[in-house]
Amino acid sequence: MKFAVLQFPASNCDQDAVHALQLLGHHAGLVWHKENSLGDPDAVIVPGGFSYGDYLRCGAIARFSPVMQAVQQFAADGGLVLGICNGFQVLCEAGLLPGALIRNRDLKFHCEQVFLQTVNFDTPFTNKIPREKVLRVPIAHGEGCYFADEATLASLEANEQILWRYCNAHGELTESANPNGSLRHIAGICNARRNVAGLMPHPERACEELLGGADGRLIFESMIAALRHPANGGMHLIAPPTLTR
Amino acid sequence: MKARIIITPKKAVLDPQGKTVQSALEHMGYRGVTGVHVGKYLEIDLAPDTDRETARQALNEAAHKFLSNPVIEDYRLEIE
Repeated sequence: MKFAVLQFPASNCDQDAVHALQLLGHHAGLVWHKENSLGDPDAVIVPGGFSYGDYLRCGAIARFSPVMQAVQQFAADGGLVLGICNGFQVLCEAGLLPGALIRNRDLKFHCEQVFLQTVNFDTPFTNKIPREKVLRVPIAHGEGCYFADEATLASLEANEQILWRYCNAHGELTESANPNGSLRHIAGICNARRNVAGLMPHPERACEELLGGADGRLIFESMIAALRHPANGGMHLIAPPTLTR
Repeated sequence: MKARIIITPKKAVLDPQGKTVQSALEHMGYRGVTGVHVGKYLEIDLAPDTDRETARQALNEAAHKFLSNPVIEDYRLEIE
């Protein structure tokens, strides 16, 4: 499979994403933010970092870069897009995912391992995750507190768009297991069509035991399985939701 | 000609910065502070011959689309 990994000024997890995908035996190439075209990838990764120095708001400026217009089109055509950390923030700013990421509840930058409960296994991002598995993946962010209004949260729940919630090692949603104060413990979500997803944790940093764990592989392996067999992971053929921004 | 845009977190959004500043004020002995909201302030210089109404419309659009995020923030636009 061919992955396009975006590169903005101050992206800093772009190389990690390329490394992880190559480790899994796939092609991954960087696409500079000024490019108007993604090439011809099977999927797009919007990586972590501090695009454009996090000026104004995290992801606010990256959203208007030329390459993001190509990503909008790629997503509208049904292509798989995964935003990690700053990439999640960019996708929310771009209106490709609902809600926003705000300052962590305790105002601190959290760099640590967290545990994730997978909520929906029938998506291109989760289909390879075993049902009882609690994922252990690192986070590294200062603005990862997921926020959306009550109506949006209700529709995320109703459409089963919540993919991962922060939990403890036993899979329980305790308050202390929520590192940033995210509403309803949300660590990652997808759009209604199931082809765009974002999460604050870093699966690309958890793809080899040498780095402390390989649970992140399951997320990329899910995407690869969905690309090979579109029935795998429910590519729902429903109209994309209208943007309210 | 100058425009000012004041961006504040929406009331429903958790504002840990505001809460922290508020409690610091209390610790310093400033009484009667019932809330602090930390936002952003943008000062925008406009060409002197700019039509006020056109500028207002354009800046409202920019503030909604880019300068603020309506999911989490409110803004107020003033043109001097």
